[in-house]
Amino acid sequence: MSAAEQAQRAKTTRNAWLLVIPALVVLMAAAIGPLVLVLIYSFLTPGDYGNVVWSFSLDGWQKVVVERDIFDDSLHLAEAHLTIFWRSVSLSLVTTILSFFAGFPTAWFIATRPANQRAFWLFLITLPFWTNLLIRTFAINQIIRNEGLLNTILLHLGVISAPLQMTYTEGALLIGMVYVYLPLMVLPLYASLERFDLRLLEAAYDLYASRWQVLMRVVLPIARPGIVAGSILVFVPCLGAYVTPRILGGGKLMMLGNFIELQFGQGRNWPLGAAISIVLLVIVMAALLVYVRAINGEKRDG
Amino acid sequence: MAKPRAFHVADLPGVGPTALFVFAGLYAPILTLVIYSFNAAPSVATWDGFTFDWYVKAWNNDAVMNAAANSLIVATLAAILSTGLATLAALGTTRRPAFFGITAIYAAINQPLMVPEIVTAVALLIVVAAIKAATGYAGLGYLVVAHTAFCIPFAYLPIRARLEGMDLTLETAAADLYASPWQSFRFVTLPQLAPGILAGWMLAFVTSLDDVVITEFIKSPGQDTLPTYMLGQLRRAMTPDINALSAALLGLTLVLLSGFFLLSRRKS
Repeated sequence: MSAAEQAQRAKTTRNAWLLVIPALVVLMAAAIGPLVLVLIYSFLTPGDYGNVVWSFSLDGWQKVVVERDIFDDSLHLAEAHLTIFWRSVSLSLVTTILSFFAGFPTAWFIATRPANQRAFWLFLITLPFWTNLLIRTFAINQIIRNEGLLNTILLHLGVISAPLQMTYTEGALLIGMVYVYLPLMVLPLYASLERFDLRLLEAAYDLYASRWQVLMRVVLPIARPGIVAGSILVFVPCLGAYVTPRILGGGKLMMLGNFIELQFGQGRNWPLGAAISIVLLVIVMAALLVYVRAINGEKRDG
Repeated sequence: MAKPRAFHVADLPGVGPTALFVFAGLYAPILTLVIYSFNAAPSVATWDGFTFDWYVKAWNNDAVMNAAANSLIVATLAAILSTGLATLAALGTTRRPAFFGITAIYAAINQPLMVPEIVTAVALLIVVAAIKAATGYAGLGYLVVAHTAFCIPFAYLPIRARLEGMDLTLETAAADLYASPWQSFRFVTLPQLAPGILAGWMLAFVTSLDDVVITEFIKSPGQDTLPTYMLGQLRRAMTPDINALSAALLGLTLVLLSGFFLLSRRKS
């Protein structure tokens, strides 16, 4: 590389940073920087009326997994906390999988409509995506709660004699989360399928591929970036879900998000809340790392 | 384009029915909510005839109007700011050779997508509580800055996607014709990029309007936005005026989105 080329390149890089810095400053101030404070707060002592006292303590972290017995002061596993962890992770995984199985055919359906109709179908997906998460949770709640539409209809038809208890169950959380996060799966899947060249399918069929082979060897590999993006976009908000479990779980079926809120609210234990936030963050980062490795591995092999 | 084919290569078994079931499933609850916002009876169990009463009730409610104003102010400001920042960032990170630090930049921009909202909310609560204690300021500024930050990736993604689809030949041609860098940006890059910027603004606006969790944690007393107001109301019972409010917000979304779609369709 000549000196002139090097100078040109340095200039391009400097310009790039100048363009990016304003966004980085805002992100540092209001998104990334505050996370460091959460880590610090998890090692402090809870204040009597919320907030913290600035003295070092490991109590917050200890309380994540163990509880001190109020009678004999012995330590034992905090089963309630572990139940909430497990519920959050498993429900998020299942929601992601269900969203994929519902979302992929939908994205494929849209991507294979005639070009002039795609905008309409995409609009139908985009509209719920635009619709407030809270409103969508209300909407699904109105269908499945005891006095809701589904129970009313079933009662009228005589299929059931007493309302089915659907809300305040894990099933309700699943239905609710698939319902609210599905567009986040469909949109990136569609984006990756939109420019799909149908001639590739013709070529595959010409080479005697079965439909299954076409799906597994042609369609899914091309859709991979969309699958990864869609899964991240669904899994991450599920794991930290707060609104949907609060409404459909009725305070009984807490997920991590509700548990964190509890510690910063009525629980008045900010260090414990901060510690759980860090745990949640670590799980999410680990999930993202797995995804990144999956993509990179794919690139190396391919 | 249309050519008759007996064997549709794009058909995969079960796709059509599944997709139509998904669309029906997405819309049935929303439509139910809208229909029952006009129900004179206060529950979905009975239909007592058509009424606008719940809308009138919401419109005459000062708390609702105050929350609506807060929502629109914060969403508008946050969408404009984040789209501006995201446009600059997208110009800085596309169509140039990879440079040291670009991975960190991507990570930073996408951070709000990766970090669970509840964690960001808690983090901001800590910061805002400290700033409030130190300065006493309790305005909408906290919400605008926080919303701007988490809207950046939503604005950035469509803008970047658009930029990546634009090669540099037109800019090179402009430069050959003695356009200054600013002229080539203003008259060549920007017009091509405009649909991406508009899409980014839309996503940012709706992301801000949608936000419940972060707003709930950092708002000052009396600073409800529509979503936090509705969530607060739900603590008591599911009332039809919340249905009406939801339906009204839905209507606003539909009008905005239809407008944008028609606009972008005419352009292309």
